Amino acid sequence: MGNRVYTRREFIKTLSVAAATGAAFSSLSSCTKEAREEFLQKRFVEMTDAEKKGVIARLEEKYRRAYGKQFQISTQGARPKTLWGYGLDLSRCIGCRRCVYACVKENNQSRYDPQLQWIRVIRLKKGSLINLEDSEHYYNPQEVPEPGFTYQPVQCQHCENPPCVKVCPVKATWKEPDGIVVVDYNWCIGCRYCMAACPYKGRVFNWADPKLPPEEANTAVHYLGNRPRYRNVVEKCTFCIQRVRSGRYPACVEACPTGSRKFGNLLDENSEIRYIIQHKRVFRMKEDLNTEPKFYYFFAT
Amino acid sequence: MRRILMVSLCAVLVAFCLDLYAKSKQEDFPVPRPPFSEGIFPCSSCHAGMETNAKRRVLKDEHKNIVLKHAAEQRWCLDCHDAQNRDKLRLANGDHVDFEHSYELCGQCHGNIYRDWKAGIHGKRTGYFEGGQRMYMLCVNCHNPHDPAFKPLKPEPPPHRPLQKGPAHGK
Repeated sequence: MGNRVYTRREFIKTLSVAAATGAAFSSLSSCTKEAREEFLQKRFVEMTDAEKKGVIARLEEKYRRAYGKQFQISTQGARPKTLWGYGLDLSRCIGCRRCVYACVKENNQSRYDPQLQWIRVIRLKKGSLINLEDSEHYYNPQEVPEPGFTYQPVQCQHCENPPCVKVCPVKATWKEPDGIVVVDYNWCIGCRYCMAACPYKGRVFNWADPKLPPEEANTAVHYLGNRPRYRNVVEKCTFCIQRVRSGRYPACVEACPTGSRKFGNLLDENSEIRYIIQHKRVFRMKEDLNTEPKFYYFFAT
Repeated sequence: MRRILMVSLCAVLVAFCLDLYAKSKQEDFPVPRPPFSEGIFPCSSCHAGMETNAKRRVLKDEHKNIVLKHAAEQRWCLDCHDAQNRDKLRLANGDHVDFEHSYELCGQCHGNIYRDWKAGIHGKRTGYFEGGQRMYMLCVNCHNPHDPAFKPLKPEPPPHRPLQKGPAHGK
């Protein structure tokens, strides 16, 4: 030990460090391998391909045990020269909510208790179109469209300058190179700061364990998209990342019976969304907030 | 020799222009089979042996279920269906188109919708927008040509209010 006096302060420091390591070691070794791997998992963007494969295998096994089905979890990356844009024809939306339930079915959302929906259709009085304070989204008439009202579906606008990404304290949500704002459900800590930051109410939270009946589960999923989520994470529209990266339309676009929804690549001059922006009267919601959403509302007639 | 070259060059140019013109007239879109009623097509299976009565009237014997509510004051059946060959549709100038190209008939009056449809921004889109089967739907896949006005739909249920346990959707 030498000539130096061993003080009480040093003794307590050494003791607490030893106790902390001992506790960590015992807790990590006493839980299952799966739980330990999940706890020590890195952020998705920092993982190597080999680590991603390991994570996918572990998750597929976990889902197989929970739902009895073999899920295919894709980690397909963004295509080059792509920026996804969405178009919504307000002259044709009748507020039937088929898009809402098609999204729920495609994206494995919690169904009955709690009920999570990524698309919210608001009913606005004609003549005061952007008066959101007077809007109603619990409307339930016998038939739609009701005379004197227009309908506007709202979902995550996938902003180019997303406030939710700025405020996340752990960087569990980020904007992918093709413009889709995604959430890594294994990294999200559930603080809900992003929900407070979003001006469009685009995000929803899993307050309880999500209830997804196994027979209704969609097994073609993406790690950052529609794989079944857990309690305590935030989720939102991902532009059906599992579909669009293979060139398919999102589920809401296919479900709309009046053809109000359009989708395409903003960087492709021949795409439908570019034609709409060029030829129709487009606007975006809350443009004064400078979030630069990629969800364009327009009137085709 | 030079004259031959010039003449053949002109011929090639003329052929190219004609080809382009022909191609622009027959721009083809991949559409599904027209949604005929059961057993109604080909129409000539009944009409080939029948006399054509071109008098404008309400039909009494057959096709009674079709009531025209689509510019009914200005036209009747044989203005769109060809009187001599019922397997074809008739454009305003008398040209024939088959039912797979019925959009050319609709586009005569609904020009701005036709332009939007050709660009891919009118109507329902399904399937692949690139890299796969890009499908266009025919006008008649969504719009009934004899009675095109859409009937109102029953909306899907509203979201549950917070702190409310509602009945399951669909159950």
